[in-house]
Formats: sequence, structure tokens, C-alpha cells
Amino acid sequence: MRTGAALRAIFVRDLSILLKGALGRGGAVLPLLFFLAVAMLFPFAVGPDARLLARTGAGVIWVAALLAAILPLDRLVEPDVEAGFFDQWALRGLAEEGVLAVRIVAHWLSFGVPLMLAAPISAGLLSLSRAQLVTIEQGLLLGTPGLAAIGVTIAALTAGLRAGSALGGMLAIPLAVPLLIFGAGSLQPGGEGGLALLAASSLAALAIAPFAGGAAIRAGRE
Amino acid sequence: MQAARLAAYDIACRRGDRVLVRALSFELKAGEALHLAGPNGIGKSSVIRILAGLLRPAWGHVERAGALALCDERPALDAHQPLGEALAFWQRIDGGEQPRADFGLEDLREVPVGYLSTGQRKRAALARLAASPAKVWLLDEPLNGLDTHWGAAAQAAIEAHRAVGGIAVIASHQPLELQRLRTISLLEHLP
Repeated sequence: MRTGAALRAIFVRDLSILLKGALGRGGAVLPLLFFLAVAMLFPFAVGPDARLLARTGAGVIWVAALLAAILPLDRLVEPDVEAGFFDQWALRGLAEEGVLAVRIVAHWLSFGVPLMLAAPISAGLLSLSRAQLVTIEQGLLLGTPGLAAIGVTIAALTAGLRAGSALGGMLAIPLAVPLLIFGAGSLQPGGEGGLALLAASSLAALAIAPFAGGAAIRAGRE
Repeated sequence: MQAARLAAYDIACRRGDRVLVRALSFELKAGEALHLAGPNGIGKSSVIRILAGLLRPAWGHVERAGALALCDERPALDAHQPLGEALAFWQRIDGGEQPRADFGLEDLREVPVGYLSTGQRKRAALARLAASPAKVWLLDEPLNGLDTHWGAAAQAAIEAHRAVGGIAVIASHQPLELQRLRTISLLEHLP
């Protein structure tokens, strides 16, 4: 099946560009450093009181994850629209929806997984307990796919706009708020249900994202 | 295999509030070529994009039989990749057919696309077009940036494509030297 081979080739290309960074795209390292920098700076700002850090730290990790997800937005879709990739794919009968679904997976692998790997370091810097770290990792596993989906949708919406990058952040933040609330909420005492709601929000974002993004790219051609 | 065909029925093209082209009709069968002529800004590229299905015509409709391939100003090759790998990406998508025309790219395979000149990039885009199995070629200013030698090579590739039952629509402000070429001047299709 040609479509399968094509999507596989696109996935390999997406992943190599998003991980290594090229064409002005920062790669996986930049959001990761940003994520760690927030966790490092926060204790400097509020003081080294371990109890305070342990109580607020989990929320800080979620805010950092959300902001790190916004960082690569402007380079996620725009360069490929600009270079004519999406036009060439469309001519080959590859639906934008399929291409964007592939890109969501590649984006998640290049930012969600590194954040999960970095979370133990952040947790150490914020003196979080082991139990909290486990909940954070579960939350990131369930929540970052949703953040990736929202990111790709917004990137597709703002591709080709002159102030696309600034606008992208402003549009992504409100959409990501449910993920932030449920993700941070799951760490409160008795907040275990937050993980289920987080997974539900993530799934909703994943279900809508390829179609919304595809429509945005088609509309952008007019 | 179904014979290639491309037909436009009374299409009109609007960009913003302005109608650029109206009442454009033609029908191309296997082996035929059409030259869309006219000065800059008259709507040649928009007509090509309508034929490609990337833009909706404001009026009329297009009928296509056979796969489409487009060669326009945007080569869709990754600037950081060596040319050989950038082309290989498309070959994996299009299927591993051998290029049917030589565009003198052998020596450039290791050079990152970003370092190529305009003409070299154009030749790469044409090489991808020639390697694709698509029967209907849509070319937007294919001779831009090419010197006389490669301009002739590009036209020879179009002739070779027609000889095996392909269709070509070429939007160009430059004169073309193709056999049995139909020419439509978009100046005759102004609103």
C-alpha cells in the first residue's frame, strides 16, 4: 500500500527533523532545557523551604511542561507549508489529516518523551516525593499527547500568518488549560480521578486535532 | 490502465476581490500539451493550482484522470538535507522508479539543498517530477532560472513524457519549443 509507505517516510523525516532540529527548528533539546531551567529557577525564587517546594513543585512542573510544549510551535508546520511540502502531499492524494496525525506522534516523541525523562531531575530539584514523581510521570504520559495534539493544531492554524508564533502561544494556552488543571489536580490529596480526566481531555484533543489542523491547512491555501 | 485526461470547463479564478481569469475551457488527452501564456500576475499560477486541485475555482469545474504531479516555485526539498537524500524522500513516497531524464544532478547529490543555486534547485524539482509515475504534469514557470542548455533539457523531458502518453500543462511567460503545442493566452480570458 503506497499510502502506508508514504506516511512511514513522512514519519521518519518528521522525527529526524524534530529530534535533531533543522531548518531553523530547535529540535528536542530546547524545550527540554527550558523545562529543566524552570524547575531549577523556581527554588531560587521562592526559597529552599522543602515543604513549600514539595507542595507547589508539582504544579510548577506542569506549568513548565505546558510552556515547553508551546516553545517549538512556530516551526512545527509552517516551514513545510512554506516549502510546498503540504501541496506536494495533497497532489499525491495524502490527506492533510494523515500527515498531521503522523506529525502529532513525531512531535510527542520529540518533546513528550524527553520531558518524561527529565521529570525525575525536576522532581529532585523541587524535592518532590517518590509517590509524587510517579503520579507526575503518569500524568505526563497521559497529558503530553494532548499537548502535542493541541500544539500541532495551533501550528497548522497559524502557519502562514505573519505574527504566527506570538499568536500560536496565545491560542494554545487556553486550550491547554484543562490538561494543566487535571494534570496538577491529580497530585492533590484525593485527586486520583484527575488522571482519568486528563486522559479524557488528551483523547478529545487527539481526536479533533488532525481534522482541525487539516481544515486549517486547506483553508490557508485560499 | 486508464488513459490520462485533464479537462477544464468554463473555470474562473478569483483571488480576494479580484477576478483574474474567466471562461477558461480546454480538454487535454494523452500526449497533449498546453501552454498557458501571459504576463506576470495575470493568474497563470492560480490556474495551475486550480488544475492541481489546491485552489477551488470560483466557477466551473476540472476533470482529471490519472495522477498529478506539480513543479512550481516551491521545490519541497529540505534545505539542510543533501540533495540525494532530499530526492530520496520523495522517491520513497512516489515509488522507486528510475528517473527518466537526466538533469545533471549526479555531482550535486552530496550538496545540501540550501547551497544550490536557483537553477540547480529547479533542475532537482524537475528531476523529481520526471521520476514520479504521475501522468499529468503541471509546471509553473519550469524554465525560470534555467540556462539555455537545461531549458532545452527540460523541454526534452516534457516531450519524452508526452511520448509515453503523458499530459503537460505549462504556465510560462517564456516561449516554448514543443511539438504540437496548444497555447492559450490568459490575456484573452480577462474578466
